[in-house]
Amino acid sequence: MSSAQFPILLVAVPLLSAFILNIAGWFNKKYCLPIVIVALVGSVYASFGTLFTVLEEGTIRYRLGAWLPPFGIEYVVDHLNGLVLCIVSSVGLITAIYSKRSVEQELPEKVPQFYTLYILLVTGLLGITVTGDAFNLYVLLEIAALTAYALLAVGEDRAVLSSFHYVIMGTIGACFYLLGVGFLYIKTGSLNMIDLHGLLPELFGSNVIVVGFAMIMIGVWVKMAFFPLHGWLPNAYTYAPSATSCLVAPLMTKVSVYVMIRIMFSVFSPEFTFEVLAFRHIIVWLAVAAIIAGSLLALVQTDFKKMLTYVVVAEVGYMAGGVWLANTAAITGAILHILNDALMTLCLFMTAGIIVYKTKGHQFEHLKGLYRTMPFTMTAFTVGVLSMMGVPPTCGFFSKWYLILGAIRAEHWVFMGALLFSSLVNAVLFFRIIEIAFFEPFTDHHAHGHDHQPEPIDEAPLSMVVPLWIVAAALVIVGMYTSGIVTKVIQFAIPEGIV
Amino acid sequence: MEFIVAKYNYWIVIVLLMIGLYAMIAKNNLIKKLIGMCIFQTAVILFYVSTAAKSGGATIPIIAHGHGHEAAAHAVHAIDYVNPLPHVLMLTAIVVAVSTTGVALALIMRIYKRYGTVEEDEILEQIK
Repeated sequence: MSSAQFPILLVAVPLLSAFILNIAGWFNKKYCLPIVIVALVGSVYASFGTLFTVLEEGTIRYRLGAWLPPFGIEYVVDHLNGLVLCIVSSVGLITAIYSKRSVEQELPEKVPQFYTLYILLVTGLLGITVTGDAFNLYVLLEIAALTAYALLAVGEDRAVLSSFHYVIMGTIGACFYLLGVGFLYIKTGSLNMIDLHGLLPELFGSNVIVVGFAMIMIGVWVKMAFFPLHGWLPNAYTYAPSATSCLVAPLMTKVSVYVMIRIMFSVFSPEFTFEVLAFRHIIVWLAVAAIIAGSLLALVQTDFKKMLTYVVVAEVGYMAGGVWLANTAAITGAILHILNDALMTLCLFMTAGIIVYKTKGHQFEHLKGLYRTMPFTMTAFTVGVLSMMGVPPTCGFFSKWYLILGAIRAEHWVFMGALLFSSLVNAVLFFRIIEIAFFEPFTDHHAHGHDHQPEPIDEAPLSMVVPLWIVAAALVIVGMYTSGIVTKVIQFAIPEGIV
Repeated sequence: MEFIVAKYNYWIVIVLLMIGLYAMIAKNNLIKKLIGMCIFQTAVILFYVSTAAKSGGATIPIIAHGHGHEAAAHAVHAIDYVNPLPHVLMLTAIVVAVSTTGVALALIMRIYKRYGTVEEDEILEQIK
């Protein structure tokens, strides 16, 4: 297999396997998961292959059908999206392995349909990441969104209504993005990102371009649940099936953050976003609001999964704030946090999924005594918690470190304060969980009479615990190799002209 | 006044966008929200298509005498035909809009089966 074809293969393989899977699913449900895993292994292989090629040879420009840009669509992979591609495909693969038992329990009738949508969602996210064409990005954004609507809606009772709200909000976001792209197209006559990057600097004074930029940003912010546009997220993710929330919660918002960075630096330029436009500080303040509001709202929840969704809202604030602080350290922190937050969120939502699998609920009361009955799951969860709070050597510490460094360099003390505040609130949040799970006795409704004896270990199936442990180990490993990741990959992802 | 008349297509788009947005946010009935979403999407499609139009007799982009030996003699003037690209893009956007509407209608059907109503406040009351 030629590595020159990797950029198209990593999207084409899962896309085509979705059709095969749907047909195979008619014959036997058992064929579904192996097909998903084989396709995603292909994607993971191709993404890492692409990333290593980029590390050696620089940016790859793959022309679909050999049509020259700006007329044809091209796929562009550089250090930034090479990294995001690896994150998306790996999280997709790990969640696929993890999802087996959970899907069998929650959606026994709909296994083929679930996995067809699952693989299409991963395809959409990979496509968003790899494409170098602004309109193509819209189409893939909608492929990812449409599959996500359906995947989220098959969850608990309330999932349908919250998914409908997500449809409405998501469509508003996508339409704003499309309008913004239309504005750019009117002025430049091009949709190719690199071509736009060359054409736009002459037009930076134009109001049309400024409005187009603002519309694209609003669209992307809706998609990434940036406070105060986050309203759709908590309910949609809380009531979704466990496997869906494990896939969607780490990836959707992070890929949207990637799109924001791509638009800001590769379509427009750092000079435009930070110097021509005067609203840089407003957005950092919005990020501060996102972090504080997300943390406080997480604090008042009594539902474990819903609490995690508000933590996601706060984390989006980290990344948006880091990018808009506009210095090297902060942007390094934001890009590193895309990787770290994807892993941390995955770890926590996988734990939530296991708890739902074993106790059939995700309220705080379902957590009682879990350290005794499920020690392996809860140990991995503790690693995720430590990373979320930012304790070294887990990876969460390092991205937070870079973000704080960036805030100091920008002399934005409030943002730094918000970061520290949020770490503190995370500590309170998760120690409360640990306290409930560690000290409160397990309340089994048909257990009586043996209060004094320790509950027997009743661990979740291996196919769920092993992926969770892989993620927990990844949190520590990524943390230890942070400097390598920063000097080899992220350093080159930061555009020129940023100090 | 001239400002409005000269760019009337954009004003129509803006009015449609606002109607759609209003319906999506303020309406209580889920079907009405969905209709607002369709209006919103259609406004974006109209916006793109109207930007392709040119005044002064521009037609569909079929180049007459565009083959054989004479082709070189008839240079293609962009002013003579309507820009086809926005139309092509909007075919894709229409497909997206139709599938979004389909998903949303399917969700509304499930909501109706579960709660027996499509009024949002009544559903929220039942949830509590």
